[in-house]
Amino acid sequence: MFPAPIEKQSAAVQRLYKSALPVALLMWLAPLLAVALFSIKPDADFTNANYWGLPSTFAGAENYGRVFFASDMPRYLMNSVLITVPTVIGAVALSCMTGFALGIYKFRGNLLIFFMFIAGNFVPFQILMVPVRDLTLELGLYNTKTGLILFHVAFQTGFCTLFMRNFIRALPYELIEAARVEGVAEWRIFWYVVLPLMKPAIAALSVLIFTFIWNDYFWAVVLTQGVESQPVTAGITSFNAQYRAAYHLMSAGSIVAALPPVLIFFLMQRHFIAGLTLGAVK
Amino acid sequence: MSDAALTDHQESWFHRNQQAITPWLFLAPGVLFFAVYVIAPIFQSFNLSLYEWDGLGTAEFVGMRNYEDLYWEFVDRDAFYTSLKNNLIWLLAYLLAIPAGLFIALFLNQTVMGIRLYKSLFFFPFVISQVVVGLVFTWFYDPTFGLLNTMIGWVGLGPVNMLGDETLVTYGIILAGLWPQTAYCMILYLTGLNAVDPEQIEAGRLDGAKGWRMLWHVVLPQLRPATFIAFVVTIIGALRSFDLISIMTNGGPFGSSRVLAFYMFEVALSEYGFRMGYGAAIAVILFLIMLCFIAYFLWSMYREERGR
Repeated sequence: MFPAPIEKQSAAVQRLYKSALPVALLMWLAPLLAVALFSIKPDADFTNANYWGLPSTFAGAENYGRVFFASDMPRYLMNSVLITVPTVIGAVALSCMTGFALGIYKFRGNLLIFFMFIAGNFVPFQILMVPVRDLTLELGLYNTKTGLILFHVAFQTGFCTLFMRNFIRALPYELIEAARVEGVAEWRIFWYVVLPLMKPAIAALSVLIFTFIWNDYFWAVVLTQGVESQPVTAGITSFNAQYRAAYHLMSAGSIVAALPPVLIFFLMQRHFIAGLTLGAVK
Repeated sequence: MSDAALTDHQESWFHRNQQAITPWLFLAPGVLFFAVYVIAPIFQSFNLSLYEWDGLGTAEFVGMRNYEDLYWEFVDRDAFYTSLKNNLIWLLAYLLAIPAGLFIALFLNQTVMGIRLYKSLFFFPFVISQVVVGLVFTWFYDPTFGLLNTMIGWVGLGPVNMLGDETLVTYGIILAGLWPQTAYCMILYLTGLNAVDPEQIEAGRLDGAKGWRMLWHVVLPQLRPATFIAFVVTIIGALRSFDLISIMTNGGPFGSSRVLAFYMFEVALSEYGFRMGYGAAIAVILFLIMLCFIAYFLWSMYREERGR
């Protein structure tokens, strides 16, 4: 193990390390903790310039209450859910199929198609912006959740295919050969042999894509406008415009907007990290 | 030949060629989607960059004029020059996330009580949307009450108006971007360190390697896959920087924090008018810059595929 385990060091070094940990963490998360503090302060603290002291009264319930019951925030949150969940399902379903095709079969153009998916995944969004916006307008899907979902599914399929293909590549190929010898049809091999083995990959990918899509801002701004279809990342800017200089409310709003992916991360941590670090280890 | 014989023949044809046809059937929906929404638009943008178009009326063919205009903007040190320069700064400064992430990973790679929770909490910034990171750092930098100025006030410095200063603003935004990016690199290295071969470490110890020498000669070579991915995601992240700039400064003050990704958006889709062709030309330049890196990444991956 590197660096050398701290247990082998002197007691003083161990104590130093253990006290350095929380200090480092506090410094690392300071900007975030500041916002959390702001979000439970009452309005009066800001007019009295009591920015960094303790809240004069606990106003968390009131601030978060205003976010949930007196603003458009719940609608934005709902939009985010309605955009994110179908995208996750769509992209994962499509990439299970493409990953299966590219991971199992040897045919001409296999690597070419695989590299097309990878390359497309790295492209700057701006080169897609005008044509995709046009296409969405032509389909009559501008400013709808469907328009956003369709694009997200297509774009995320690139990354998901990379992920799924490499995962399937690592499965024991003998399984497929054995099934073929038994005369099992190819689509049945996909459904009954490969798909059950892909569960961990599906879980990891779902969590990752959920976070990516929930946090998307650029496409939300390009393809939607207004409260009926914008997700929370774009909604927070109009929320902030509504409550300009009301830092306690903007802080509470930001925390609410950031929370769902954080929850998902903590609940599904193992899958999340497995997905994110795919390929970091040989 | 009777109908029955025909279908029988077809079935057996499908049956015989099952292994050749199946992959294409499975690929079709994914490839179709990807082609329509990702591949085709790249070519459409290339084409569009030769036109002048406001997004509504008819497009007028102008040849290379958009690129000529960009060239003159570059020569005159105008918006395009600023964006390009800032992109370069982003690219270089963002790479700091890699050593910083490695440093934190080494710091956290122990087995004391509660270390798992520490690791997750250090990873936290990556999970939060860049929009929220941008807001958080905007307040962090605020000249009247921001935590940064409060802190440097304790040692008698400041106040600094990070986001209002033309020379500092880009670095201020990059610092905000480095926060989640460092967390990402950290998690890559933590996973990598987990898989470092303990026997090689022991062998290194027996040979008297310690500290830096051990890190450089024994550990880092084994972390190569993690470093490669860290490079890929950091470079792509640096060139994609848009959210933070849009949230924190909207390109200002006086357009000094623009990058190509933001400038393109501004030209094509903002209150300044809809110059789609001109925007497409900027996007093409950004794409070509990115293409150098994409080509390198693909080439590395290709060598690996061959090596299997």
